[in-house]
Amino acid sequence: MKLLNCPMNGLRPLGEFIYGGEYREMPNPNNSSDLEWASYVHYRDNAPGVKKEWWFHSPSGTWFIAERNTLSDEVLNTYLFGKAPFPKNENLSDGKLGDEKNTELSA
Amino acid sequence: MSYQNKDNMRLAKKIGEWIDRDKVIKFSFEGEDYTGYEGDTITSALWANGVKVLGRSFKYHRARGVLSLANHDVNILVTDGVDTNIRADVVTLQSGMTLKVVNTEGGVVNDKKKIIDSISALLPVGFYYKAFHSPAVLFPFWEKFIRKAAGLGVVNFNYPRITQRKLNAYCDVLVIGAGPSGLSAALMAASNGLEVILVDENQQLGGSLVYDRAGGNAAKEMLDELSVKMAETPNIKVYTGSYAAGYYADHMVPIVTAKGITKVRAKTVIAATGAFEQPPVFRHNDLPGVMLGSAAQRLIYRYGVKPFNTCVVVTANAHGYRVALDLLNAGCTVVALVDMRAEADRDQYVGELARKGVKIYSSYCVYEALPSKSKLGVRGVTICPFDEKNGTSNTANSITLDCDGIAMSAGWAPAAALLYQSGMGVRFDNDIQQFVPNSLPNGIFAAGKVNGVYNIKQRGLDGMRAAAAALQYLGKSVETINVDHHQGASPSHFYPIVMHPKGKNFVDFDEDIAVKDFINAAQEGFDNIELMKRFTTVGMGPSQGKHSNMNAIRILAKIRNLPVEKIGTTTARPFFHPTPFGHLGGRSFHAHRLTTIHMWHKAANAVFVDVGAWSRPAYYQKSGLSRIETLQQEAIAVRQSVGIIDGGTLGKIEVCGPDAGLFLERFYTGKYIDQKVGTTRYALMLDESGVIVDDGIASRLAEQLFYLTVSTSNAAAVYREMQRWLQIWQLNVGLVNVTGAYGLINIAGPKSRDVLAKLVDIELSEANFPIGSALETQILGFSARIIRVGFVANLAYEIHMPSAQALNAWKALMQSGVKEGIRPFGTDTQRLLRLELGHHMPGYDTDGLTIPYEVGAEHALAMDKPFFVGQRSLQIIAKKPRNKILVSFVLPLDYSSEMPQDCNLVIDDGVIKGRVTSVSYSPAAKCVIGLAYVHPTQNQLGATFEIRTDNGSLAKATIVKTPFFNAE
Repeated sequence: MKLLNCPMNGLRPLGEFIYGGEYREMPNPNNSSDLEWASYVHYRDNAPGVKKEWWFHSPSGTWFIAERNTLSDEVLNTYLFGKAPFPKNENLSDGKLGDEKNTELSA
Repeated sequence: MSYQNKDNMRLAKKIGEWIDRDKVIKFSFEGEDYTGYEGDTITSALWANGVKVLGRSFKYHRARGVLSLANHDVNILVTDGVDTNIRADVVTLQSGMTLKVVNTEGGVVNDKKKIIDSISALLPVGFYYKAFHSPAVLFPFWEKFIRKAAGLGVVNFNYPRITQRKLNAYCDVLVIGAGPSGLSAALMAASNGLEVILVDENQQLGGSLVYDRAGGNAAKEMLDELSVKMAETPNIKVYTGSYAAGYYADHMVPIVTAKGITKVRAKTVIAATGAFEQPPVFRHNDLPGVMLGSAAQRLIYRYGVKPFNTCVVVTANAHGYRVALDLLNAGCTVVALVDMRAEADRDQYVGELARKGVKIYSSYCVYEALPSKSKLGVRGVTICPFDEKNGTSNTANSITLDCDGIAMSAGWAPAAALLYQSGMGVRFDNDIQQFVPNSLPNGIFAAGKVNGVYNIKQRGLDGMRAAAAALQYLGKSVETINVDHHQGASPSHFYPIVMHPKGKNFVDFDEDIAVKDFINAAQEGFDNIELMKRFTTVGMGPSQGKHSNMNAIRILAKIRNLPVEKIGTTTARPFFHPTPFGHLGGRSFHAHRLTTIHMWHKAANAVFVDVGAWSRPAYYQKSGLSRIETLQQEAIAVRQSVGIIDGGTLGKIEVCGPDAGLFLERFYTGKYIDQKVGTTRYALMLDESGVIVDDGIASRLAEQLFYLTVSTSNAAAVYREMQRWLQIWQLNVGLVNVTGAYGLINIAGPKSRDVLAKLVDIELSEANFPIGSALETQILGFSARIIRVGFVANLAYEIHMPSAQALNAWKALMQSGVKEGIRPFGTDTQRLLRLELGHHMPGYDTDGLTIPYEVGAEHALAMDKPFFVGQRSLQIIAKKPRNKILVSFVLPLDYSSEMPQDCNLVIDDGVIKGRVTSVSYSPAAKCVIGLAYVHPTQNQLGATFEIRTDNGSLAKATIVKTPFFNAE
């Protein structure tokens, strides 16, 4: 059985986790077109590669994001939503990155 | 039985043998009694008794004996009456075994089905596919015969259920295979302080060091040296007689022992799994007495059994020479050594064999083995000059030699199943004519023969190299070890296949597949390895191609005139060896959640039903009444007086904090920020596509505390979604799932107020506590949340109390309601009651596509809110035409035909327009009532539509308003 690294509980067997689907960035519901919204809700490209996914650690009730290469089934990174590690070359002087709610979007 | 010659083939004691000659074991085989020694396998004990016909082949029922003695003698399957298909070559002999061969009719010696062998020319590969399919009308006739012929052994339907416990083990390094490479790897890893698990399918450690001795002592001495070190090393846990069954993600390898499965989670894995010896292919290479060189060596040194009296060794590598020396050492007469190669680096042994009087035929092949008159053994062998480049034999100059057996050594195939499963990439090494690892996943290492290292000293070193690489992978600083590439002649021949016009030159012994079958398959167009595998069934028998896949690949490469590496390989799936279901099966443990009132229900004759994780009363059985009659009586009690139901299974979630109202406004479709303390509101939950997921009641108990009920089977999923959205929205809210903490009793009916009033101090009057009210009070001295609800009756109360108090409250209410005739009811009755009121239930009257507009839930949608989950999608959907809508219907009062059922279709002029979701006879409405989807154009009060019932008749339904009865 695969192991998954829960950001709150460490390495745990896959049986303790529930898959929550691919993470997609929600477009602004107030100014997105019907087509943009429909593709956010329904469209998945299913192309192999590195995907951001929702995973839920059931015993502790922890949702988190896993970056997984669906081709090699390798989990590259896991973190709580909004707590993405900064990319190395990110320009930290951008004030918006200080806002926790925005860091995930910039990752 | 007369053939089995009963020579005593047991040798004098061999140093290092696995049998205990002080412990004699009695057993019987095919009705005759024999003895063996403790430590024998079934096969070795029989061979020691001179019994050579051990089984019959699957397809042609040809006599078969020893082939490998290494878990691919799958023609030698025996049964003890309980277990079927026992592999005699590897299963340890037990006292009192009564064994019979499977797949015979009339015993192994006189098997009546051997007739099939003589008509084999009529049964080419693909025969079944082609011969019996037309005319189709005859197939059922043929099927009976095919089914009888197919399969091996007879299933024992009285097999006892044997459950085995599952164990877990953890280690730094898992070493699979305890030959020289595996032992060296384990010792090196352990001496650097790592925790090591070493597993080997054989009963004792050593691998080929036990038996591949070339008539000398060097291998035995090396094994003794390693064994001493093993005994001195405490941090190696050894599993012998156990096999690594497969490779699973992140280095999980189940080890199957006699007592069950141990799931090993390793940080690194070293596969030192060795190689399977491969037979050369020549006519009659399957007769009892023709065996692999390593099988002969195993008989000699493990079990002290002489493989033959007089034999010929046919070889295409150095190993055959070593085998010849071992045979001489065991007292066999070696008539000749036949070497298929033109040029071979064999200086090491050729002089020694010549000195001992063995004649060596170079550039010769075994053209065919000559069967004895009974066809149950070997009487001799025809050899002739062989051109290995072209694979042609010069039969004009053939020589016939007398012998009773042939030892074969033509090459090896890596035992790489686990490495393939882990994702290994391979390349073909022409110097050794073998597929070797080209790329291995992180933390996986290969050592020894499976890694293409054959020299005995280099194999130990290769184990240490792999261990050093594993240590480095785990962050230890050790020096890298280098192992030289293979020197000298190849251990495997590039094409050890000898053609014969009469065939019977077998490639796959499991399925009786000969060379011409491959040629036929290719001619039919199945010339890709995966297609050929399926058409010929090569490698699909119980040994899974352990002795046949490599030769099949070579034959196909030759047919297609391609290099072997262009043909590719097939991947052996788990399990490595057939594993009993008892090892795999769980404990049949099915967890149920029970409310604290469960035992009371049981005593009251409740009939239980599973709802999500819970067990709930469906209704309370009354003697002499049918289920339907009981439901209706329970329903009448609620309508006329008072009923009570245990709702403790309902999901209950507390949402608290300054942003609690805002959170609910985003999560549910309604408005909650302005909700007054002490009131309840309907809570409808959608997913992001606007589909109905669940509904419930939100009670505001304090400015910063909402108490949510959600349906029983959705509770966990709804709570999970709440947690996810809370993490996204980052609101100042706390969520607590109090489903198990609170019991819930629903008391319903016109007398429910009177019954409840006796237990509470609050004023329950319509003015003071109308529908939509919620408050906290006390019952029996314990805090209770009371909510005025209307799901099953217009007057009803939910009483939420700590679970531990729920039973007392239940009993108190039952007591309080004696005069009113209070009656408990179950979920089946609840569904009828809510139907009478016209309430739809998510998941029952809705499906995975139902949107609120289709069930008339527009009133619950606060579309003017800034945001709620599903809102944006609803804006899009609202613009599109509907194609179904849920309506309430009744059947005529005098309706007496076939009763419509849930999911019966709504038909209009032969076209499906919708379906029934709920239907029941209602004692309150005194007619059949229900909910159904119809086309929006059909939706008019008083309009009629037709329901097609199970017997095909059409029931005419009329659309009506709800509630279905005069509820006053």
